[in-house]
Amino acid sequence: MRIETLSRKIVSNVGIYTVILLIIGLSSIGIGCIDKNEQVTESVLIKGSDTVLPLAQAEAETFMIENIDRSITVIGGGSGVGIAALIDGNVDIAMASRSMKGSEIENARDNGIDPIEHTISWDGIAVVVNPNNPVSALSLSQIQGIYNGTISNWKDVGGEDRIITVISRDSSSGTYEYFKEHVLLKEDYRPDTLIQSATGAIVMELSQNKNAIGYIGIAYLDESVKSIVLKTDSSSASPTVENVKNKTYPLARPLYFYTDGEPTGPAKEFIDFVMSPTGQEIVLEVGYIPVA
Amino acid sequence: MLKSTRSKEFAIESLLLAVSAVTVVILILISLFLFGEGAALFKDIPFLDFLTGKNWYPTSEPPIFGLLPLLLGTLLVTAGAIIIAVPLGIASAVFISEIAPPKVAEILKPIIEILAGVPSVVYGFFGLVVLIPRLQQLLDLPTGQTALAGSIMLGIMALPTIISISEDAISAVPDFLKEGSLALGATRWQTIYRVTVPAALSGISAAVMLGMGRAIGETMTVMMVTGNAAVIPGFPGGIFAPVKTMTATIALEMGEVPQGSEHYHALFAIGAVLFIITLLINLIAEAVKRKYRFKVGS
Repeated sequence: MRIETLSRKIVSNVGIYTVILLIIGLSSIGIGCIDKNEQVTESVLIKGSDTVLPLAQAEAETFMIENIDRSITVIGGGSGVGIAALIDGNVDIAMASRSMKGSEIENARDNGIDPIEHTISWDGIAVVVNPNNPVSALSLSQIQGIYNGTISNWKDVGGEDRIITVISRDSSSGTYEYFKEHVLLKEDYRPDTLIQSATGAIVMELSQNKNAIGYIGIAYLDESVKSIVLKTDSSSASPTVENVKNKTYPLARPLYFYTDGEPTGPAKEFIDFVMSPTGQEIVLEVGYIPVA
Repeated sequence: MLKSTRSKEFAIESLLLAVSAVTVVILILISLFLFGEGAALFKDIPFLDFLTGKNWYPTSEPPIFGLLPLLLGTLLVTAGAIIIAVPLGIASAVFISEIAPPKVAEILKPIIEILAGVPSVVYGFFGLVVLIPRLQQLLDLPTGQTALAGSIMLGIMALPTIISISEDAISAVPDFLKEGSLALGATRWQTIYRVTVPAALSGISAAVMLGMGRAIGETMTVMMVTGNAAVIPGFPGGIFAPVKTMTATIALEMGEVPQGSEHYHALFAIGAVLFIITLLINLIAEAVKRKYRFKVGS
């Protein structure tokens, strides 16, 4: 009798069980897809900067199409995360949008790791505003003033009488540190700076907000924002690939791969591929600047 | 025969005990880790400086870790959310349980529960794309990413909790109370706001507390819409300015923080404070709820 009601209950809830089983079943569709070449695959694990991530992914995809017996796994998380993993000996290559700090190199040496730096491309950083903002050129010291809080109104830099809304990435971004070092000259960001967790969010706010100013990698420039021309004493330069390449645009930084000692095996093959003409063409496609 | 059944029972009961004990053990381990890592901050920075510090400059040299702007940011956004969600939530609950025809209530209830199932990143995206530009234009602000935007989004997100628990409390009010009121000549509306709602008040309070807990712990949505500027919000102007909440601070800064650094421990200390606040709120909600059960039973 009891068993009968139990089975009746099971039957009446059969729809729910079907859905649950379906979800579990669907989750295992991928079984066998990744490991199928296990015997012949030599894998490389890459981790680090979210700025380098799209580039490394694009490079890895092309590299794996050309070399079916190689498997490359690219994981983001931030420059610091990648470098920490390299120090712990957990990854083959660390991606970074900044150089390793002295303390990090020391830690690595203590762990018997000998970090070697490879510059794989350059990234230009564009200062951007809303397309309806009449201001189109600023000097580095004006931008510094806007970001450290000494300039708060657009009319002080030749614009309309509007309060400036200052936007930055969060402190886990390598771009945040670069900007702090090279534009703010290590001063603090003004405390009421809006902090966005992604470059996409900065572009979104800038495209909607006439008062806003922000900075993004030039790979992210599009029609919805206007890039600011940087004025120096003698000249002015807009953030373009050519200007970064011929060093007339000052806000540019190298992007790095770090390896433990000189790379060997598949890691060396991959880095060689990135540095090859095909690899550097991918750099340009992704929106960064080739080293050569 | 009997003995083997009994030992089987015992085995099953012990297994169930062990499984439920795992949950408690996990909670204890998490708290130990959280408080241990957080307490390590106070080797370098006095506890009072952390609690009452007015500035949060985690990346300057030397770094300054002051909780006050983050704590007040969280409280402001949460208070705003409660002010928005409580009237709406209680009104909806009253409507569903007392006024709406049963058929309408049957349609409304599942719809409200769907509201609870929308992922918070979707709310955040909606806020970012739809709410923020409109807030900026409407109120002519320097930016729409404000505490107000966070309050509105969190208010919407706390609504399902507040509505469904208040609704339970209101429908649990015994019929004889309402009938007595009506028999004495009170109108339907007088009965609702003089008899039914006061009788359900402790349940409604528990609903509000739980909705508040939901709002305080929410991360993704507030991070996307409040602008995350670590300044102490003024009153009342601060509601129209950007704020940074405790949850958003942890989520934003966790990514690149060097393990074992002061900044790392400071983030854990924020987590510990957050844990204590939500724990208190849940305890209060539980206590209020128990009181309300007693009332209906008597």
